[in-house]
Amino acid sequence: MTTSRDWPLYEVFIRARGGLDHKHVGSIHAVDARMAMEHARDVYTRRQEGVSIWVVRSSEIVASDPAEADAFFEPARDKVYRHPTFYDIPDEVKTL
Amino acid sequence: MDTATLEARFQARIDADERIEPKDWMPDAYRKALIRQMSQHAHSEIVGMLPEGNWITRAPTLKRKAILMAKVQDEGGHGAYLYSATETLGITRETLIEELLSGAAKYSSIFNYPTPTWADIGAIGWLVDGAAIMNQIPLCRCSYGPYARAMVRICKEESFHQRQGFDILLQLSRGTEAQRAMAQGALDRWWWPSLMMFGPPDADSKHSAQSMRWKVKRFSNDELRQRFIEFTVPQAQFLGLAVPQGEIDWNEFHEVLKGHGPCNHERLAARRRAHESGRWVREAALAYAGKQRDRERDQHREAV
Repeated sequence: MTTSRDWPLYEVFIRARGGLDHKHVGSIHAVDARMAMEHARDVYTRRQEGVSIWVVRSSEIVASDPAEADAFFEPARDKVYRHPTFYDIPDEVKTL
Repeated sequence: MDTATLEARFQARIDADERIEPKDWMPDAYRKALIRQMSQHAHSEIVGMLPEGNWITRAPTLKRKAILMAKVQDEGGHGAYLYSATETLGITRETLIEELLSGAAKYSSIFNYPTPTWADIGAIGWLVDGAAIMNQIPLCRCSYGPYARAMVRICKEESFHQRQGFDILLQLSRGTEAQRAMAQGALDRWWWPSLMMFGPPDADSKHSAQSMRWKVKRFSNDELRQRFIEFTVPQAQFLGLAVPQGEIDWNEFHEVLKGHGPCNHERLAARRRAHESGRWVREAALAYAGKQRDRERDQHREAV
């Protein structure tokens, strides 16, 4: 059990404009989700950098292991036929 | 895989200009060097709020006051981005702050100089933030991803800081004789310490070579210092101010670094006082959040 008295850590994601994805921008310490939201606004959007914010406890993030990346992403490596450029279409065929 | 192989692979990634991310394997020395540099950087932002905060209540107009508050808030924000980026290396913000307050960690020596006049606020923005930008732009491409990304954000904001500083001096330089003298006095005070911000001469810089190999640092101290002088001297001429002549007093640099600058004691004392007097607020907020969670859990239980 940690004796830390520091506030828990939240990861912050911001949607810059309507139509865009939320993007990770950094993290923030806060006692609860509401405070995390307010602190994220004060720290990461002082110049109108966003129209929407997500915060999530850092401890809740599940991440893939970079050391295992080769094996983990291996299944997609030999499936070039998933890309449209794999197929040779005769020049005469249009709009395909 | 043995350490030598891992290290060779790591260096190959760096050489190929790949970015290193928090969960990637990295040598302990790389992690330690980054924690040292990034936390010093974060501390500098936080301590840097003090000399300028000194003038918020005495800014000459409401407009200048609003601008200065925004700038000091930015410095706090920069500290927050950088602590956040440093935490990705597996150290807590709490530990970093303890290291600052105990005096174990360093911060930029420049903030150990006083700000006796309003013109000093102009000189800090123009020269100190100008020197910081010169140091920081190459860091936007540094090998550690979270640091590089934080720097992109910071550099954008620093540009406002530098311009507002120049603007203060511009107005003073177009004012009365006394105002012009005040601007000149500030330049005289901040010129040498600003040049020292680039660190010791290349020959005496003990971390430089390794830092360059890791692509944390991309230009030498003397190169950046020279570039800063070339940019700044014509700006001083535009203001009608005389750039001090002479040489950098490296003895002064080392003395301030060792803690014997004009304001070292005052700055750390102010940070310690703020940390201590804020303690009850931090603890109360944590206790309140805990109580709210308990209450919600009880209500949920009753409902079921």
